Amino acid sequence: MADARLSASRPLSPHLMVFRFILTMAMSIVHRMTGGFLYVGTVFVAVWLVAAASGPVWFARVDGLYQTWIGRLILIGLVWSLIHHAIGGIRHFIWDLGYGFEKKTADRMALFNLVAGLVLTALVVVVATLFG
Amino acid sequence: MVQLTLPKNSKIKAGKVWPKPEGAAHVREIRVYRWDPEDGRNPRLDTFFVDLDDCGPMVLDALLWIKNKVDPTLALRRSCREGICGSCAMNIDGMNTLACTKGMDEIDGPIKIYPLPHLNVVKDLVPDLTHFYAQHKSIEPWLHTVSPEPPTEWRQSHADREKLDGLYECILCACCSTSCPSYWWNGDRYLGPAILLQAYRWLIDSRDEATGERLDNLEDPFRLYRCHTIMNCTQTCPKGLNPAKAIAEIKKMLVERHI
Repeated sequence: MADARLSASRPLSPHLMVFRFILTMAMSIVHRMTGGFLYVGTVFVAVWLVAAASGPVWFARVDGLYQTWIGRLILIGLVWSLIHHAIGGIRHFIWDLGYGFEKKTADRMALFNLVAGLVLTALVVVVATLFG
Repeated sequence: MVQLTLPKNSKIKAGKVWPKPEGAAHVREIRVYRWDPEDGRNPRLDTFFVDLDDCGPMVLDALLWIKNKVDPTLALRRSCREGICGSCAMNIDGMNTLACTKGMDEIDGPIKIYPLPHLNVVKDLVPDLTHFYAQHKSIEPWLHTVSPEPPTEWRQSHADREKLDGLYECILCACCSTSCPSYWWNGDRYLGPAILLQAYRWLIDSRDEATGERLDNLEDPFRLYRCHTIMNCTQTCPKGLNPAKAIAEIKKMLVERHI
């Protein structure tokens, strides 16, 4: 082979920064992010339950924090993460069975995942606002 | 490991803007990744202008026009110019494909051309595929048998032969493997879509008698299970094949083996 010093200095070709951000790839990243957020979100829910078990004073404190606009925003994000990740899980289950690999089908499944996640989250927010 | 940015020596700098061809009526702007191992500088993006009335319709035609008429030092691999050898695989307009089968008219605006992603660059559009070929070798891509060799050929029914459709057409251009984020981050151990499609091609071959050993070799958290069905492989394959489905079939074979 050629000069070893030359091959050691070889640059790495660009990857993420030049590859087109296509829907199926984007949805794979979102699936991971929502999965990660569910870990954090579960801690929030656990804190809320522990507060509820610790008596009305603690519950009022924690619940008051969750009822601020930023708290609500995080909770809505958590609801969306849960719904989106659950639908994504079904999408992966379909793939594990060996179906849905055609390009068009995969694109449609990804789009459905995205839209259904947002619509169902909006529905939860509406129902919670009306009856909550 | 996940590394979202390029190392310091790989950052792409602004390059040279080459002059427009004189008297050309139809000109196309093409930006090409350049790296010269001998000048000690970072990679850069050169801008060329191609006279469409003097050049064939494909991206490869444009690159060869540039090499012949503008800058003879431009390095690229090409051979068959009809999508069967896989040499001219590169990243064109954000997707990995073959320059010879990608029409310039399929792309809007300036055509951006980079080498296949996340590989070491030898020069310009020529990446180092040594590791990719070593991985291919590791799956032993040839017929394994224990039965005595038949006097003529190993026979196969039409139905069994059809199982190889969509697999044997793979030309190992590496477009799919180098489009896969999982292969970018774990390519040292993950075999990647192209090699796994090849692995499945031998697993599903009715004449092959090493299915168990082949599955043993693949049953590994990295070699096979770094596939997270991101689907870039199938989206980018210039031959219209479906590596993601082939990988899913391998995963299914492994599950079926356990039940």
